[in-house]
Amino acid sequence: MTMQFMLLFSRQGKLRLQKWYVPLSDKEKKKITRELVQTVLARKPKMCSFLEWRDLKIVYKRYASLYFCCAIEDQDNELITLEIIHRYVELLDKYFGSVCELDIIFNFEKAYFILDEFLLGGEAQETSKKNVLKAIEQADLLQESQSEDWGSLPNEELL
Amino acid sequence: MPAVSKGDGMRGLAVFISDIRNCKSKEAEIKRINKELANIRSKFKGDKALDGYSKKKYVCKLLFIFLLGHDIDFGHMEAVNLLSSNKYTEKQIGYLFISVLVNSNSDLIRLINNAIKNDLASRNPTFMNLALHCIANVGSREMAEAFASEIPRILVAGDTMDSVKQSAALCLLRLNRSSPDLVPMGDWTARVVHLLNDQHLGVVTAASSLITTLAQKQPDDFKTSVSLAVTRLSRIVSSASIDLQDYTYYFVAAPWLSVKLLRLLQCYPPPEDAALRGRLTECLETILNKAQEPPKSKKVQHSNAKNAVLFEAISLIIHQDSEPTLLVRACNQLGQFLQHRETNLRYLALESMCTLASSEFSHEAVKTHIETVINALKTERDVSVRQRAVDLLYAMCDRSNAKQIVAEMLSYLETADYSIREEIVLKVAILAEKYAVDYTWYVDTILNLIRIAGDYVSEEVWYRVIQIVINRDDVQGYAAKTVFEALQAPACHENLVKVGGYILGEFGNLIAGDSRSSPLVQFNLLHSKFHLCSVPTRALLLSAYIKFINLFPEVKATIQDVLRSDSQLRNADVEIQQRAVEYLRLSCVASTDILATVLEEMPPFPERESSILAKLKKKKGPGNLPETNDSRRNGKVNGSTEPSEKMESSNQCFPSLFADLLPTNRPRPAPSSSIMPSAGTVVSTHPFTDVLNLNPAPSTGASLLIDVFSETSIEASTEMSEDSFHRFICKNNGVLYENHLLQIGLRSEYRQNLGRMYIFYGNKTSAQLLNFSSSVTSSDALKAQLNVQSKAVDPVIEGGAQVQQIINIECVSDFTDAPALNIQFRCSGTLQNISVKLPVMLNKFFQPTEMTSQDFFQRWKQLGDPRQEVQKIFKAKHPMDKDLTKSKIVGFGVALLDAVDPNNENFVGAGIIHTKNTQVGCLLRLEPNIQAQMYRLTLRTSRDTVSQRLCDLLAEQF
Repeated sequence: MTMQFMLLFSRQGKLRLQKWYVPLSDKEKKKITRELVQTVLARKPKMCSFLEWRDLKIVYKRYASLYFCCAIEDQDNELITLEIIHRYVELLDKYFGSVCELDIIFNFEKAYFILDEFLLGGEAQETSKKNVLKAIEQADLLQESQSEDWGSLPNEELL
Repeated sequence: MPAVSKGDGMRGLAVFISDIRNCKSKEAEIKRINKELANIRSKFKGDKALDGYSKKKYVCKLLFIFLLGHDIDFGHMEAVNLLSSNKYTEKQIGYLFISVLVNSNSDLIRLINNAIKNDLASRNPTFMNLALHCIANVGSREMAEAFASEIPRILVAGDTMDSVKQSAALCLLRLNRSSPDLVPMGDWTARVVHLLNDQHLGVVTAASSLITTLAQKQPDDFKTSVSLAVTRLSRIVSSASIDLQDYTYYFVAAPWLSVKLLRLLQCYPPPEDAALRGRLTECLETILNKAQEPPKSKKVQHSNAKNAVLFEAISLIIHQDSEPTLLVRACNQLGQFLQHRETNLRYLALESMCTLASSEFSHEAVKTHIETVINALKTERDVSVRQRAVDLLYAMCDRSNAKQIVAEMLSYLETADYSIREEIVLKVAILAEKYAVDYTWYVDTILNLIRIAGDYVSEEVWYRVIQIVINRDDVQGYAAKTVFEALQAPACHENLVKVGGYILGEFGNLIAGDSRSSPLVQFNLLHSKFHLCSVPTRALLLSAYIKFINLFPEVKATIQDVLRSDSQLRNADVEIQQRAVEYLRLSCVASTDILATVLEEMPPFPERESSILAKLKKKKGPGNLPETNDSRRNGKVNGSTEPSEKMESSNQCFPSLFADLLPTNRPRPAPSSSIMPSAGTVVSTHPFTDVLNLNPAPSTGASLLIDVFSETSIEASTEMSEDSFHRFICKNNGVLYENHLLQIGLRSEYRQNLGRMYIFYGNKTSAQLLNFSSSVTSSDALKAQLNVQSKAVDPVIEGGAQVQQIINIECVSDFTDAPALNIQFRCSGTLQNISVKLPVMLNKFFQPTEMTSQDFFQRWKQLGDPRQEVQKIFKAKHPMDKDLTKSKIVGFGVALLDAVDPNNENFVGAGIIHTKNTQVGCLLRLEPNIQAQMYRLTLRTSRDTVSQRLCDLLAEQF
């Protein structure tokens, strides 16, 4: 499962997370992002989750207001990639407790940390939910907890 | 209320993010960001030392700003400082910043590497993991240099924690991908394979990715992984769904690991050991059986995970291509998916069936689903699914269903998405040609293509139909009649005018007997389209007109009037003008005989790979072409991946069809014999390429042209040097020999291990050459290596006339010597003897091979035996011009590979020498040294004699 990159973006086309597993210039990354966000957002709900793009395969799925979009190589398995996305969403959900887009905006660094425990170098590193979360919780032992009222922000749950 | 701030929430960061979100406009956002950047900068520059928390917060803000798409040019130092913090969260943010914003500033890299080194040595697993993640995320060469030898040690050390092993395995994988040369293989490789036996499934998962990547590159070193992978897989597929605890995903046992193991097994042929092979077959059967069981959950995750494993198992079955029962079962399973309500499954089933269609065991089984696939083409709402259906129809097409499939594709084309029209056109054109029994059907199909999707019919397609019509006399009359009828339509596509013009120009006479398509009617019909056409088409029509003058003397005057009109003779376009002038002059001065010779019907095109196929290949990559089973298997047995091989075998099945109008690989010098030369030539001084190549191209062979403008028909060639043999090393056409009596011109064509040479003998005198004979002789050694057959020539050459001799050549094995051409004749009573070395050399049997830099260096290394390499260092004999050098290397027959040599002053090429007995892959490198005016040429091939000969030949050229 050589994933080339993973992008999270909103229905409005705002990029929420980007993870690149191949070396590319910033310019190229921006170009790819623009192109893919446009392509994926243009697709209708019932369409299939896979598409050919350049010489890669794009696997994407929408959760509430967020699109999760991965690029894999020609020989790679589309369905298992779809479940990589789902497992990541589950991990976020478990960590944040009913995750929504806002959690990812305000705690983007956590979203990256969780991803790094789950996928490394574009490959699944640890697929057990328990083990991934255990690693992340360790970081939170020294936390300074705070909570705020965020008013009427988009807080639709992803799962 | 969602927990928006979890863990070590940074209040300042949250406030900043929420400010940005509240910005009403882009300008306001930029303003807010600039304010923040100024604030952070002053904090970083301030006198007061920042505590770790503040540093972390500001670095995190910078990161957020960067991820919004803004440039960040400071803060790197502070991030590096965080790396040496003892607080995990601070260290973590430091690493995140470095991973996202790598900077190649060398001082910084040294500091980063230093911090990583400390963390790797810390024996604290969480710190070690952070460091390993950072290396894997950045993956730069500097990091590979620093850590590539350390990581394998961590990976296989007995006391390493499981989670660290997992990170280390994937970290190594990333370094191996980005800088394979820096990752040393060694004792650790054997121990890595044994990680497949590890008790911790997470370790097995990470390790199997690493092993797959390494095994793809060096299968022999990781062979032992096959039995371990089969054992592991067998344990997983036979386990009860709860056995694997947290590695069970929606009632599917370890789906990710299963997929990875199945993938690893695709690096190898089926196991030779019968027991192991049986066990693997059992696993695959179990996976197929499970697909038939009722689902354990209604969740889509359950079916996705289960089917992910199933599709990977089918990939392995197809890869092994050895178990007919499994292949047929796989096909039946996919058949069920074709009608599944999940779009994703229909898509994947269509995709997977494409590969099944190319196996001899399952081709027939795939064909039974034709109606479902055609239905998909008509009813699927998603264009990407329809695209898969087109691909599958193309893959399952054979002689039995070609007419149905082509008809369906044509009707789909009428409504197809613009994005895929060109590809469908190419596919229809290829299938129609490949499976045509009846060529009238082929002609109809292509004309339909032009009618339905004229804009998407590329040059290759319409060149091809002309080529086929010219090569097959049985279809010429039909083609002429059909294009004539098609042209009657009030609005027809310009491509139809081109095809119509060309075909009527060649074969209009075949329908001229009917008064409804008399010569004048034909001409008027064509000319009625003339003014609506672009310049290239008009130029083509002018050529059709001059051909009409030859075919139908009765319309000569009408056509001359057209040529003579100001709109042609004084046309702003130089090509039109030139053709009008030349054709008009030709039609006035040339005798009927000369006219008939010059405007003779086009000779059959040489057989060559279809350029349409090449075009489709370029569009789609080699994977999607239908091929015969034999060719696929041959490719495998030889272990060769040259796409040309596949082509070659399909050529053999349909030899007469694979002629080509335009060569796709080798540029060839100007033609020399007739005014409508073999269109297998691209020479045009004009910006557009034209099949009817009529530009009088100045070339060494030009003196062989029948010159219509001057009475003194032959001018002396520039020089007849002794090295004429060497002048032909990088080109195929030209003047081989010349004296005051005789001029010998050459035109040659090579394909694989076969060649054909046309030798033209031009009598320069006004007297007859009598008792003319010419023969080719070879030394005994050469006779065994090279088969040369020549046809006899007419014993008399009239004054000023030219005769042609054809020589067929077959290369049996590699050779050094060259055959001699011996000519004898009597002129004015004196006997003349001429002997010339015939320029047939080993490099003529080259097939160029494109390859990536990686492939090149891999093969280069494989040919590392000192006997396989020949090197020459020599002084430049000609000006060291880059373009000239390039064209010589291409003319030599190899593919010139760009972006392979790190020094772009150097030239790198690759090709395969085809002989009857064997094929020899050749790599070459030429390094110019401008200051010293020297070259260094290095050749590597698997045969020392070949390396030596090619080096000798090519070194002569610079």
